[in-house]
Amino acid sequence: MTIKDIKEALGARYICGEELEDREVHAACGSDMLSDVLAFVKDRAVLLTGLCNPQVIRTAEMMDIVCIVFVRGKMPDDVMIEMAKERDIVLLSSGHRMFSACGLLYEKGLRGGAPYR
Amino acid sequence: MNESITLNYDVDSNDFTRAGEASSSVKRKLKLMGVDPDIIRKVAISLYEGEINMVIHSYGGTIEVIISTDMIEMILRDKGPGIEDTELAMQAGYTTAPDNIRSLGFGAGMGLPNMKKYSDDLKIESVVGKGTTVRMKVYIPKNIS
Ligand SMILES: Nc1ncnc2c1ncn2[C@@H]1O[C@H](COP(=O)(O)OP(=O)(O)OP(=O)(O)O)[C@@H](O)[C@H]1O
Ligand SMILES: [Mg+2]
Repeated sequence: MTIKDIKEALGARYICGEELEDREVHAACGSDMLSDVLAFVKDRAVLLTGLCNPQVIRTAEMMDIVCIVFVRGKMPDDVMIEMAKERDIVLLSSGHRMFSACGLLYEKGLRGGAPYR
Repeated sequence: MNESITLNYDVDSNDFTRAGEASSSVKRKLKLMGVDPDIIRKVAISLYEGEINMVIHSYGGTIEVIISTDMIEMILRDKGPGIEDTELAMQAGYTTAPDNIRSLGFGAGMGLPNMKKYSDDLKIESVVGKGTTVRMKVYIPKNIS
């Protein structure tokens, strides 16, 4: 699945990084706790979150996450958008709540990691 | 590369916009040095969790990162308040983070367990009223360095 497919499945809109929309995404992680995200190791992942602060971008940077979807129509501020641009991280905003956004992507075949021990 | 490289950073307490800058800088340097991506991720995640802990739970301190051929060593020293029971602090889910920190996405009590998981060696020395020193090592296997 590509970032473009995710955008379409969620009826989301680009905040930045549209030019990177052909990048492949292999897994997804949905969480509002950043240490929970940091416990998740999967290559080329998308992060779905209801959080909206600079540490979300930092967390994505540490994990090499390729795309962040802000659920519930959350909009990052200019500082966050600038940080994401510098790091080639695509930002999407979706009006869906977390459960529905994750469900829509799951339905399209995207999966999470192994169960937490 | 035979001699080691040492990087030093200051970490301020409670500065949530800058929190993570040291980890970000280390990650970029390791990438430029051509270090294996899996090794970089182990370093980045464990260092970032440690740096965030310094911002949230401590009065600030310093980070020292020593990069050598066979290992990356991270030493995080803070000025207090120290951890009373380090064994308890290590338990998954244990947190003293207040609600305003939880609303930022931290305070799951998973930081120290993550640091243990991603680093190859973790040691915590803490004296209440004095400060905490966290030492982590990530080894670079010969065949990929
Ligand atoms: N440098 C530190 N100085 C003082 N106390 C600390 C320090 N690091 C951790 N602690 C204590 O250990 C507890 C557990 O830390 P840990 O990183 O595992 O979880 P957390 O920071 O509370 O939440 P999370 O890391 O999931 O965001 C903290 O809540 C805090 O009480
Ligand atoms: Mg922590």
